[in-house]
Amino acid sequence: MLLISCPWCGPRDETEYHYGGQAHVPYPGNPADLTDEEWAAYVFYRDNPKGPFAERWMHGTGCRRWFNVLRDTVSYEVLAAYRLDEPRPALPGRADVHQPAEPAGGNR
Amino acid sequence: MTATPLPEHPDFLWRTPEPRSSYDVVIVGAGGHGLATAYYLARNHGITNVAVLEKGWLAGGNMARNTTIIRSNYLWDESAAIYEHALGLWERLPEELDYDFLFSQRGVLNLAHTLQDVREGVRRVNANRLNGVDAHWLEPDEAAKVCPILNVSPRTRYPVLGATFQPRAGIAKHDHVAWALARRADEMGVDLIQGCEVTGFLKDGDRVVGVETSRGRILAGRVGLAVAGHSSVLAERAGVRLPVQSHPLQALVSELHEPVHPTVVMSNHVHVYVSQAHKGELVMGAGVDAYNGYGQRGSFHVIERQMAAAVELFPVFARAHVLRTWGGIVDVTPDASPIIGTTPVEDLYVNCGWGTGGFKATPAAGWTFAHTIATGEPHPLNAPFALGRFTTGALIDEHGAAAVAH
Ligand SMILES: Cc1cc2nc3c(=O)[nH]c(=O)nc-3n(C[C@H](O)[C@H](O)[C@H](O)COP(=O)(O)OP(=O)(O)OC[C@H]3O[C@@H](n4cnc5c(N)ncnc54)[C@H](O)[C@@H]3O)c2cc1C
Ligand SMILES: [Zn+2]
Repeated sequence: MLLISCPWCGPRDETEYHYGGQAHVPYPGNPADLTDEEWAAYVFYRDNPKGPFAERWMHGTGCRRWFNVLRDTVSYEVLAAYRLDEPRPALPGRADVHQPAEPAGGNR
Repeated sequence: MTATPLPEHPDFLWRTPEPRSSYDVVIVGAGGHGLATAYYLARNHGITNVAVLEKGWLAGGNMARNTTIIRSNYLWDESAAIYEHALGLWERLPEELDYDFLFSQRGVLNLAHTLQDVREGVRRVNANRLNGVDAHWLEPDEAAKVCPILNVSPRTRYPVLGATFQPRAGIAKHDHVAWALARRADEMGVDLIQGCEVTGFLKDGDRVVGVETSRGRILAGRVGLAVAGHSSVLAERAGVRLPVQSHPLQALVSELHEPVHPTVVMSNHVHVYVSQAHKGELVMGAGVDAYNGYGQRGSFHVIERQMAAAVELFPVFARAHVLRTWGGIVDVTPDASPIIGTTPVEDLYVNCGWGTGGFKATPAAGWTFAHTIATGEPHPLNAPFALGRFTTGALIDEHGAAAVAH
């Protein structure tokens, strides 16, 4: 289970939060001018990186506020948590993360 | 129900060739879908100058990790058509491949615990029947006749209010399916190359002409991607953006038991699904983890909730021990339906987005993907599952019938 630090309430278990997908996806500035392709990109296409990912979480059983988390999608390490009005923090000198080699399970 | 002995695993079912410098078709990913595609390219289209490239070992991805449930009781016409085509192929594949992979049509119950579940279930049974898919609505006492260990008492937290039942659904030995397909594809001349990771693409303008791999460059007339959880990561290297998100999905098994559980039971609402493997393990799954991830392990609280649901539905399970848990990485689309078809890059094809439910589709995914690669055009069965639907809005929203939360 992830331990996520709400900017207002502090560190709490993942089960207190609701996941909201990719962060920093602004609503189109001129919605009336968008082509179908641009609407599709806004509504359906999100980044899916292997590594650090800026995503939204909501503290459902706490302050009920949305905030952003920078999390590694391979190691699941929570790298930063920050308010919506704060910029995405830089990650200086961070080495690349490699996927751990794990044996297959399977129903043998 | 009697325990059937498992077929022996022969030592060598396929060759281990060195990659050649060029092929007519390169398939990336030797999961069930990649292998089925190679098999049908050879069988249905006579295209045998084919390589299947696998970064790990053959069928060691989601194919080795899934809970092997096969059914075709989806809601929409497009889904019913492709999953029912798959079920028809499953019914004849053991004989065609001359390999008994223990496809066991023991039926599946999808439980309803709320009035809304009941309405959705009845609607789906009617939709299934209109599409020629076998389906019945069962009252709680009828469901208990199909599965006597199921607790249909009205005194549980979420009582069973009824269930859909598809008698032709079932399970199969997933590894054996992969080996059976691999053996036949190999016999027909397909090169199955393990330990060969595709790291990039060779392009000539807007056309793909080959792949970069951990074992050198391989030229290809056409390239098909069947890499499940890694679809978006790989497609991006060819300059193609896919509307998929990768999530961890886990499963677990108990130690071996005498046969107690004669069918497959799935519950969307309390979220657990269970079958009993041929050897005797109780095989259980639940929903995906909410967050994106590639770590091939899932959250413990998901297991905790699924066990609580399982023990309430099947009080007899309270004595069972968990033996093993594991995770796979599934690629989920916005409408919970797959993407099979062309991409904006010429000669590059994609089969992805099967999310939590692609094992059951393995033969039909292979059949239609092979057709698309061989002819450059979609088969009528996969035409609705094109990438373009996210622009046109012709979505196939199967969240309800997908049966696993995502
Ligand atoms: C826990 C769990 C339970 C599930 N239960 C069910 C179920 O009961 N019923 C059902 O229908 N479905 C189920 N599924 C879903 C099903 O397993 C998948 O939809 C299906 O296996 C996907 O197709 P595939 O078999 O080709 O994928 P995989 O077997 O994952 O094949 C993809 C292959 O591509 C390889 N690959 C990735 N990147 C590269 C690269 N760059 N170069 C070379 N090779 C690469 C991978 O190593 C992998 O072997 C379940 C999945 C999980 C994880
Ligand atoms: Zn809070």
